[in-house]
Amino acid sequence: MNNNPLKKIDWLLLPLIGFAVGVGLWHLVSQTVSKDLPSPAKTWAESREYVMKPFEKRGEMDQGILRFTWYSLILVAKGYAIALIIGTPVGFFLGLSKSFTKTFDPIIQILRPVSPLAWLPLGLVLFLGAGKQASELGALFTIAVCAMWPTVLNTAVGVRAIPQDYLNVAKVLKLSRTKTLFKVLIPATLPYMFTGFRLSLGIAWLVIVAAEMLTGRPGVGGFLWQEYNALNYSHIILCILTIGVVGFILDRLMSVVERRFKTA
Amino acid sequence: MSNYVELSKLTKVYPTPNGPAVIVKDFDLKIQKGEFVTLIGHSGCGKSTVLSMLAGLNDITGGGIILAGRELSGAGPDRGVVFQSPSLLPWMTAFENVMLGVEQVFFTASSEERREIVEYYLTVVGLGDAMHKKPAELSQGMKQRVGIARAFALKPKMLLLDEPFGMLDSLTRYELQQVLIELWRKNKITALMVTHDVDEALFLSDRIVCMTDGPEAEVGDILEVHFPRPRERKAVMEHPDYYRLREHLIEFLEIHAHRRPVAGAPSPPSAGDRPAKSPSKAVLNPAGYESAPLANSPESRSLIAIK
Repeated sequence: MNNNPLKKIDWLLLPLIGFAVGVGLWHLVSQTVSKDLPSPAKTWAESREYVMKPFEKRGEMDQGILRFTWYSLILVAKGYAIALIIGTPVGFFLGLSKSFTKTFDPIIQILRPVSPLAWLPLGLVLFLGAGKQASELGALFTIAVCAMWPTVLNTAVGVRAIPQDYLNVAKVLKLSRTKTLFKVLIPATLPYMFTGFRLSLGIAWLVIVAAEMLTGRPGVGGFLWQEYNALNYSHIILCILTIGVVGFILDRLMSVVERRFKTA
Repeated sequence: MSNYVELSKLTKVYPTPNGPAVIVKDFDLKIQKGEFVTLIGHSGCGKSTVLSMLAGLNDITGGGIILAGRELSGAGPDRGVVFQSPSLLPWMTAFENVMLGVEQVFFTASSEERREIVEYYLTVVGLGDAMHKKPAELSQGMKQRVGIARAFALKPKMLLLDEPFGMLDSLTRYELQQVLIELWRKNKITALMVTHDVDEALFLSDRIVCMTDGPEAEVGDILEVHFPRPRERKAVMEHPDYYRLREHLIEFLEIHAHRRPVAGAPSPPSAGDRPAKSPSKAVLNPAGYESAPLANSPESRSLIAIK
């Protein structure tokens, strides 16, 4: 059994091979198909400063990559919080009331597939009166509206899936509405809610890039768009990789939380 | 003696696409205070429907129920229910599950007193060491012990048991029957149990009410069970009347098992027959007795095999 030691580290080895293949293809494409695409080496050389001094601020649109990421994360956190605060109760109502579902499900199904790029201008219009704040409020509106749906729908499914046994217990003990909500309905729905929360966070992170691009706010997305206009193409790739890594980390964190509630 | 519980002309009708399905019709039953009554009948005959109407979990179509001089409307903690599946909330420990009801009923008591009530009942059912475990860590039998403790801890006017041991193996079932009968004897709570286990009915009850097969189920026969209390299983089974009563019950069940297929009447859809019940309840499969000869019908075998 020669390959036994290799088998032990294949959790590390195989992904590394995957990355190597990716970088290899990227290099190949930059040499053949499109000479404008910066090669991996060139990207690294030009991005070095942003990665090695990740928190440095040299100007409004010239900052370390993690500093930009931080701005984006803060905006996402705010928009995401709004999405959850609105989405969870709406999901509960949808799950609990048939007539509420009949009333609002059609409009939800129509609004749900609308792209963030379509919402953003409306958000900006909505907060025109806010002056300097308009771009931030518009971005928050867009994040909240787009990220809300998985939370709404998963919570509703979770409420509908509560076993009749649990509801019978609440009925027999004559628990008050509040007590039924907090002692039975919410705990029984939590696993579904957290699945929704995780999916919502993924969407919020997708939306932030679009929102920053269109509003020109400092952040990973804003930086990406600015560097495209400034013809610094290697920084586009830096931003893409950063967005991907951060999104991956967020998803992992949320799935850890989600799993905790699954077993509870 | 006055009647503590009175079911009069109790009727349950479900609307179905093929017209109304009458599950229970004009069901009359009077129960005295402190009495243990068992409803026995085939699966799907409507006995669980009667019990869930009494529990307030199922709307009453016609007739009414009086408990302790007051007409019932809706569910409430004055009736302690032990469900067939333990129905514990999985995110709470055994202690918290029982406490949930105790808080509802004894809201004027101090938290110390409430804790003592919960601990007392969990200890009595034999969970003194496991009361802070979550249901997932408990065996099926232990979960049902929690269910029993939860019902008794409410100090209810009446105890309702819906095939409480139907999901347990026979050894655990014997143990829990013992736990139940001792708690019941100490607390003297009026009880109505639904079962299709003849021996369980004989061991626990003062009176056994046989229900005819649905649709339109009604009281078919009432059997007084005079075994002396406190009862001990061995003594009950050696009692000279035991086998006579047992034969009587099985005979009743067998006769009624054959009535429906012979009549050949259009029966309501089986979904309407057993609303909102877990499929695991169909232990006595109605399809089984359509062709099987009387003595060998699967349900009579399963009833005898319990011994």
